[in-house]
Amino acid sequence: MNLRKYLKVYKKFLHTSLASELEYKTNILVDLITAILSLVGSIFLLSIFFQNNGYIGGWKFEQALIIQAIYTILNGITNTWFNPNLTEIVKHIREGTLDFVLLKPIDSQFYISLKKINPSGFLEIMLGFLLLFFCIRINQINLNLSFLTLSLITISCSICILYSLWFFISTTTIWFVKTWNATEVLRSFLYIGRFPLNSFSFSLRIFFSVVIPIAFITTIPSEVLLGLSQFWKILLEVIIAMIFLFTSRKFWLFALKFYTSASS
Amino acid sequence: MISNLINNKIFTLLKVQYSNMLEYRVEIALWAISGIIPFFMLNIWTSNNLNESINISDVLLSRYFLCAFFVRQFSVVWVVFSFEEDSLMGKVSPYLIQPLNPFFRYFAQHLAEQITRFPFALIIAFFFFIFNPETIWIPNLSILILSILSTFLSFLIQFLIQSIVACLCFWTEKASSIERLLFIPTLFLSGLLAPVVSFPEYVKSWIYLTPFPYLIDFPANLLSGNETNIRGGLSMQILWIFLLFPLFKKIWSEGTKKYTAMGS
Repeated sequence: MNLRKYLKVYKKFLHTSLASELEYKTNILVDLITAILSLVGSIFLLSIFFQNNGYIGGWKFEQALIIQAIYTILNGITNTWFNPNLTEIVKHIREGTLDFVLLKPIDSQFYISLKKINPSGFLEIMLGFLLLFFCIRINQINLNLSFLTLSLITISCSICILYSLWFFISTTTIWFVKTWNATEVLRSFLYIGRFPLNSFSFSLRIFFSVVIPIAFITTIPSEVLLGLSQFWKILLEVIIAMIFLFTSRKFWLFALKFYTSASS
Repeated sequence: MISNLINNKIFTLLKVQYSNMLEYRVEIALWAISGIIPFFMLNIWTSNNLNESINISDVLLSRYFLCAFFVRQFSVVWVVFSFEEDSLMGKVSPYLIQPLNPFFRYFAQHLAEQITRFPFALIIAFFFFIFNPETIWIPNLSILILSILSTFLSFLIQFLIQSIVACLCFWTEKASSIERLLFIPTLFLSGLLAPVVSFPEYVKSWIYLTPFPYLIDFPANLLSGNETNIRGGLSMQILWIFLLFPLFKKIWSEGTKKYTAMGS
């Protein structure tokens, strides 16, 4: 693995996809309004839950807002990187253009996961950070270095888990060809990441921490920010993130063995 | 003679589209699964006893969300995405020559998909009843017919709105981002995530003037036996259809004049 070469290639990827996406400027504006409305909508929904209750699953409204902020950031990352690239896999496989990717002297997973970028997701990420800073103020969180590192670690682990989930599902396309709906299923499951895990019933809590670890994606980073998290939970998240990254890589290499190009 | 011709056309279109949709059974099953968000919301409501504050019993609320799931299943519209693809690829040109508005084709596609989707939705409902046996109920025949009618009207409203957005493809290339924008108020205000009764007063005062509560909240309330104004709801649905239909015809005739086939 030559790191410098990959960085250089990634710079080219950024350049080309930004250039093509910026062709649709009004589109970016519409996407920004969509992101703002969607955040307003979910805060509205949250306020309905809290209108007669002080606590939900042990979380106050101000604390639950942190989860919204982290969800918005992660959703922005999904829309910027994961979604545009991984829906492309389906196209590559259906049209047989994956051949060209595999023939390139570069890692295929790298190429497929980072080729495209959707700049309108950046605005959503910024929106999420704005809300996060607001939450840090209203929850009176004292920022210090060790605490910042911990939250950075947990958020990057969340990103890794999220990426692996997306990549895992997209990889199954090699067998099923038309699975972009499967990513839609994943999307609807991820939706529950907007709410604290404790607000669900016990069986769903188990499901969302063991089967699909959505619980780890937003709840643990929020707990870290609030200073509520235990050390073992953070450690567990790091381990899970590593397992997910590793298996998604292995799964991709395994799936490639079954790839029989289209119409040949 | 004319009506016979139309019947024939519609019947043939439906038959073709139904066999086409049957090819993609797995895909449609996945779509059906991706609609289970209402059940997660129900879980939040009941695990936190939030329904006590809005005076709806657990059982009625469960039925409400089950019905919301059903109504959503049979009023999903994606015409803008199909039309955008067809218009970008220049596939609309041959359709325009045919003595049949291309939207009939999409309409038949949607109906056929709903027929294919029906068994999957039933399976999901079956599992719901296994886990919540106390919620089983049998609506009486007239209510059932009325709610099927109102679900169909809700589908028609959404189909018309999306067709209007789809016609914007004649002017801009990415009309689907406008649809994504419109989807946000639909998601939060239609009653899919929380029944409209639970909304705060400052929203309830104006929401019944918009089409949103008639998309899911009204048919779901009707079917689940919750309190609702049947006559008012149905007449509002019909009113919206009468408002939207001329708008669609207008924008369609303007758009087809504007249309220049891609690559010609």
